Amino acid sequence: MNTDLASLYQQVILDHARKRSGFGLSADAAARHHELNPTCGDEITVGIAKDEDGTLSVLGWEGQGCSISMASASTMSELCAHRDATEVRTLIDQFRAMLRDREGGEPPESLEDAVAFQGVARFVMRIKCAMLAWVALEACLEQLSARERTAPAAS
Amino acid sequence: MTTPADADADAVARLATDVRPDFPALRDEHAPAYLDSAATSQTPRQVLDAERAFVDAGTAAVHRGASEATGRATLAFEDARADVARFVGAREDEIVWTQNATDALNMVALGMADASAGLGDPRFALGPGDEILVTEAEHHANLIPWQRLARRTGASLRWVPVREDGTWSIDDARVALNSRTRVFAFAHVSNVTGLIAPAPELAELAHTVGATVVLDACQSVPHMPVDLAALGVDFAAFSGHKMLGPTGIGVLAGRADALAALPPARTGGSTITTVTMTDAEFLPPPQRFEAGTQAVTQAIGLGAAVRYLEGVGRERLAAREQQLATMLMDAAAAVPGVHIVGPAAGHERAALVSVVVDGVHAHDVGQFLDARGVAVRVGHHCAQPLHRRLGVAATTRASGYLYTSDEDVARFRAALAEVRPFFGVSS
Repeated sequence: MNTDLASLYQQVILDHARKRSGFGLSADAAARHHELNPTCGDEITVGIAKDEDGTLSVLGWEGQGCSISMASASTMSELCAHRDATEVRTLIDQFRAMLRDREGGEPPESLEDAVAFQGVARFVMRIKCAMLAWVALEACLEQLSARERTAPAAS
Repeated sequence: MTTPADADADAVARLATDVRPDFPALRDEHAPAYLDSAATSQTPRQVLDAERAFVDAGTAAVHRGASEATGRATLAFEDARADVARFVGAREDEIVWTQNATDALNMVALGMADASAGLGDPRFALGPGDEILVTEAEHHANLIPWQRLARRTGASLRWVPVREDGTWSIDDARVALNSRTRVFAFAHVSNVTGLIAPAPELAELAHTVGATVVLDACQSVPHMPVDLAALGVDFAAFSGHKMLGPTGIGVLAGRADALAALPPARTGGSTITTVTMTDAEFLPPPQRFEAGTQAVTQAIGLGAAVRYLEGVGRERLAAREQQLATMLMDAAAAVPGVHIVGPAAGHERAALVSVVVDGVHAHDVGQFLDARGVAVRVGHHCAQPLHRRLGVAATTRASGYLYTSDEDVARFRAALAEVRPFFGVSS
């Protein structure tokens, strides 16, 4: 097989594209965000809710698109569920940094299965596909933070 | 013994072999099979040679100044206009240079907006109660300008609906056209389905209700003989870069009476006769539409592209395109789980085929084909409403041109057959 193609479509990505972990939007989601990739029509809605301790008690998504965007959403759901919002933000930053690194530096182990997307960095047209779910998750976190700032929880 | 018909058939089948030495991008035997000419075509060396010869001899502004260089530039610029006019069956003063077809279509819609605002001839003034008709299959370039014109003027935007396969017919248009229809804008050839619209009949029909006919000729002028006078349309738009020419140059062709009545949407230098501090009077077409310094070098390049296509022979090209259309259809139809959008096999279509691959997103299809050395276009091809009607977000499109070889199509077919197995989609 063509090595470029193999680096993009790693088996773990093809598996996640079918598995779609976290697929489904819960009625309990406190924040939702829809992202569209206008070049190919990929779309994803991510919904989240936080526990009182700040961990993501709900993390789900719905959407349709290419295998990269679907697999990325699936991987993200497994990686970020039940984590603290601050941790999740760090993971989003690390994932984005990995996709922007065309030199192919060693990605952090904290990304777990998501390191499979490292190969996407060399396909500039596909980076947006891989980022789609993560950008939606980031926007959800921002929505919750904005709400906390305007209406601070009684402690 | 070979008959003339055999010799012709031979020349048609040999076209790609004959022209490929002129295309540096395709000379390398490892070059990808380029099947995206509907987006943009490759360039023969003759086009860049013409541009370079002009620039090297001393470039200059056109239609202004008095130097020898200005005179030479103006002549070359106008010769290119004459080349293009001859190519599409128009008069020289019926050819307006634009940036591209999108720019040309905007120029018509914005000119009508000006007319509606009381600037210039009222022939194209629109208002509440008037209707602008398009089709559901249009490229965004032939949709959004009309949406905006409707918003600006209070006119209603209506459309000819397409069927499940993305096609529409003159009967559908007949239902949608009425005495309130002021503009009917449609693509001569669909960039997604390859459907060839019966332009002369549609123009005649639209004219019986008094509508102005605007033709998106992007996918027809490069590929088939087009005689705008015979088609009878009022305006037509096409791009240089889809017909072997440079980017940055396109054409708005208009019947003399239509261009004369259209207010210039962009104004400025070299479009005028008399300017006072409060008003301006404009030159006749085409100069009134060509504000500011023009893409002179690119226009000269487009003139060379047109001469190149004439040298190839337009009938020969059209015959080869019919072969390619059949070959592309057969290639796509041969692969299990691949569905062709647009006219069914056996119906007339342009040399392009858009497909849906069951279980695999178009972006993944395109990526896979690219890795196999086959360059196609994936996405909605700037026709979101049409894709919505087809029930898919994106399709994969393969399109051919004079340099497309049988081998290119064979590579497409072989790579397409590998897509579903690669992504683990069972038949």
